[in-house]
Amino acid sequence: MAQSLAKEFTKGLWAEIPPFRLVLGLCPTLAVTKTVENGIGMGLATTFVLVFSNLLISILRNAIPPKVRIACYIVIIATFVTIVELVMQAFTYPLFLTLGIFIPLIVVNCIVLGRAEAFASKNTPVLAVADGLGIGIGFTLSLASLGAVRELIGAGTITIWGGNPVFAVGDWYHPFSFMVEAPGAFVALGLMLACMNLIGKK
Amino acid sequence: MELFELAIGSIFINNIILAQFLGICPFIGTSKKMETAVGMAMAVVFVMVMAGMITWSVDTFLLKALNVEYLRTLSFILVIASLVQFVEMFLKKSIPGLYAGLGIFLPLITTNCAVMGTCLLNIGNEYDFITALVSAFSYALGFGLALILFAGVRERVNLGRIPKPLQDTSIGLVTAGIIALTFTSFRGMV
Repeated sequence: MAQSLAKEFTKGLWAEIPPFRLVLGLCPTLAVTKTVENGIGMGLATTFVLVFSNLLISILRNAIPPKVRIACYIVIIATFVTIVELVMQAFTYPLFLTLGIFIPLIVVNCIVLGRAEAFASKNTPVLAVADGLGIGIGFTLSLASLGAVRELIGAGTITIWGGNPVFAVGDWYHPFSFMVEAPGAFVALGLMLACMNLIGKK
Repeated sequence: MELFELAIGSIFINNIILAQFLGICPFIGTSKKMETAVGMAMAVVFVMVMAGMITWSVDTFLLKALNVEYLRTLSFILVIASLVQFVEMFLKKSIPGLYAGLGIFLPLITTNCAVMGTCLLNIGNEYDFITALVSAFSYALGFGLALILFAGVRERVNLGRIPKPLQDTSIGLVTAGIIALTFTSFRGMV
């Protein structure tokens, strides 16, 4: 039991890390990774939704009629997204404003619905939580690393939390602002995906 | 005139895929062949315009009237999901030709964040009904334009000899980046 629990948790961190191994959830990945901070915020919000929707769907897996399961999953996910929205609006308002419509759009994030359909609907609640936590933390790490690459090249700083950069390259560096603009997001993600492919599938 | 500017802006400058990052999954997923790209683009135009009208009405006459705006996310996704289901059944019965053309792309639209994103943007910008309709239609056209352009480029790119780690999605994203770069040159237009 403990072994399979660890397995379900760690697969989200490397073997099936979204969005590199599971190519899902690209919209928030591209849109919010201008800074590391936004990436982490988006990742944590998604993790919360993933863990709790996985838990609830797994508990209700025998009660949900198979024919209308997708609709039921969407309602459950939308409930937790609304909770995240209200909590972020109350406690992290600046971050809530920067992430904008991408918070309500966690509802249509394919990672959340994908885990509900592929994992939570077939496994016990404990395993489903481990899976959700693993995938969520993996997603947060990916967003943070993509954010780090884009922010470092595009602005010459690293901002982890609270809006103040913890690291700045210095005045001699001329920021390559292509990286923090829309086209740079596509190119950076494409190249990082290539690096992950180069390191090799598990 | 304002509506015309909004339409041009939504199609080219604030293109929903290349500038707003909405609907990337279908953009990457259905662009390997021109036929699937055209099918997806048509289905999106159809659903996005209807969803734009219905969610605007739901928001104005139901949520705002009853003062329950915090239910927006939940109600919009339910409206879109049931709309897609309804459109699918309606087309199957009455216009089988169009239904066969759109095929599997209709159900996929429920999880297309471009549709819900457009609805949320319309509400966020406090558009009136006509403006919301124009905005939904032009965002959908922008989606179709970007998707079909990208499918055309991608068909050619995949014929080349690409290093193994870069194949498929990876080179696709880099290509999309270059297309997005060309779209930034529309910025001075409006």
